[in-house]
Amino acid sequence: MQTYSYYPGCALERNAAVYHDSLMAVAESLDLTFTEVADWNCCGATEYITIDLIPAYALVGRNLALAAEQNCNGRSLVAPCSACFLNLKKADHYLAQSPELNRKVNQALAAGGLHYEPGSVHVKHLLEIITEDVGFEKVARAVKRPLFGLKIAPYYGCLIVRPVFDGTFDDAEQPTSMDTLMRTIGAEVVDFPAKAQCCGGHMTQISEAVALHLIHQLLKNAVDHGADVIAAICPMCQLNLDAYQDAVNKHYGTNFHIPILYFTQLLGLAFGFGEATMGIGQELVDARPALANIQVKPLKPVKRKRPSKTELPMPPKLQEVRSCLKNE
Amino acid sequence: MDTSVKYVRGPTTHDRTFLEEVIAQTPVDDPRLAYCVQCGTCGGSCPSGADMDYSPRELFAMIDANMREEVLSSNTPWYCVSCYYCMVRCPQDVHITDVMYTLKRMAVREGFSHESNAKDAPDFSETFIDFVENYGRSFELGLATLYHLRHHPLNAVRMATGMGFDLFRKGRMNLLPTRIENIDQLKAILAEAKAIGGNGDANL
Ligand code: SF4
Ligand code: SF4
Repeated sequence: MQTYSYYPGCALERNAAVYHDSLMAVAESLDLTFTEVADWNCCGATEYITIDLIPAYALVGRNLALAAEQNCNGRSLVAPCSACFLNLKKADHYLAQSPELNRKVNQALAAGGLHYEPGSVHVKHLLEIITEDVGFEKVARAVKRPLFGLKIAPYYGCLIVRPVFDGTFDDAEQPTSMDTLMRTIGAEVVDFPAKAQCCGGHMTQISEAVALHLIHQLLKNAVDHGADVIAAICPMCQLNLDAYQDAVNKHYGTNFHIPILYFTQLLGLAFGFGEATMGIGQELVDARPALANIQVKPLKPVKRKRPSKTELPMPPKLQEVRSCLKNE
Repeated sequence: MDTSVKYVRGPTTHDRTFLEEVIAQTPVDDPRLAYCVQCGTCGGSCPSGADMDYSPRELFAMIDANMREEVLSSNTPWYCVSCYYCMVRCPQDVHITDVMYTLKRMAVREGFSHESNAKDAPDFSETFIDFVENYGRSFELGLATLYHLRHHPLNAVRMATGMGFDLFRKGRMNLLPTRIENIDQLKAILAEAKAIGGNGDANL
């Protein structure tokens, strides 16, 4: 049994409630306990830092201070939202690096009777915990109903793989941890080169055309590579790709209807939870038709033939190619 | 590292060059921005480069040339979506995304932001902050509606009838924000933080 401090973030209270619920169910199957940081506040998203610096860091500092105060034995702090995760991690990191910033933020925290010692809370994203702390073997053991035949595009977005502070857990541009995780639960992972590109963030509110362009690229890339469903790890990514799909279709004359599910919902389905329990149907683009693709047996893997058992596989010689062409 | 003289260039209208000011207000205070080699990797990596009036690389050259007004009225920082691609690719390790935030703060503070063509962005941030300061949590429905009512009345109608309604119907939007218990503590912290400031020549 591993225990973590848990920072849900505002989106998981309502818009992304299914992320929270599915995560709690999955956690039980994986022997994880999440203790919510009592009375946490909003992390400020990308907005507070735009207006005022010290208050923005003090806002995140209060969460870190509360997490440290309520933390009995050096547990890591887990955030399932990428923006929350980055804000917490970045604040901790910059406070440790800049004595001046640390002094000012702690002076502000003192006005609320709090103090935070940089480095005292280890911030992790949920994906990091499931793929590294729990590990693929344990995940595989929890699978009851593998998602055979379901083609998934794992979507990482930006903020959990970039920026790189202390050696993130995955590649900054072509991450693979969620790919492996989805294969572990039996699903087929499609090639998805756009997997770590931006969903547009708050641009849907400020300059819709910019956001629609980015969302269109992502949807197109996943659909072009044959995905049935996109797996998301952040409420902002899920909302943008799901709720703005209609707007993208209108703007670009496309006809996308690819469902966006949280990776925890997919884990939960594989762990044997029902669709209703996993909150399937809360998404605006209905996932049920895609989930009907799940097979009882694994699809036959496409086998690549190795030309000879004795020689190394080499490209065919020019003569061979010529004779092939002649025969045809 | 002794950085006292390394990045003093260009004519100064203030005590410090514009470049020094930007560096001082960007955590963590180090002169990496001054070591930009103008390679253009940042602009080439930028997903919203096409909509920016100057690429990040150009903007950094302009900062170096002390073109304060042009930089602060540019829409470039406002179109930055914080994807951090530039930051992991920059050969000089410039904290580009953080520099963009610094420029946004400077522009808001000095009243520049409304001249760029991303003029609604600061208001979006301010509406967001209002909720956080009063409730301790953000509030999607209130935020979107208030903001759109102010800037895009037609969008507000769309929020209420189309997608917004769908989200609401599915139980994905709150009608009322939640308030944290210890909101007084948060308010005290934020009031003190604002009093401290740190926007001036801060050396963060
Ligand atoms: S990538 Fe870095 S060094 Fe190259 S132009 Fe951009 S900021 Fe300068
Ligand atoms: S972080 Fe901002 S400036 Fe850098 S590549 Fe992304 S959008 Fe462009």
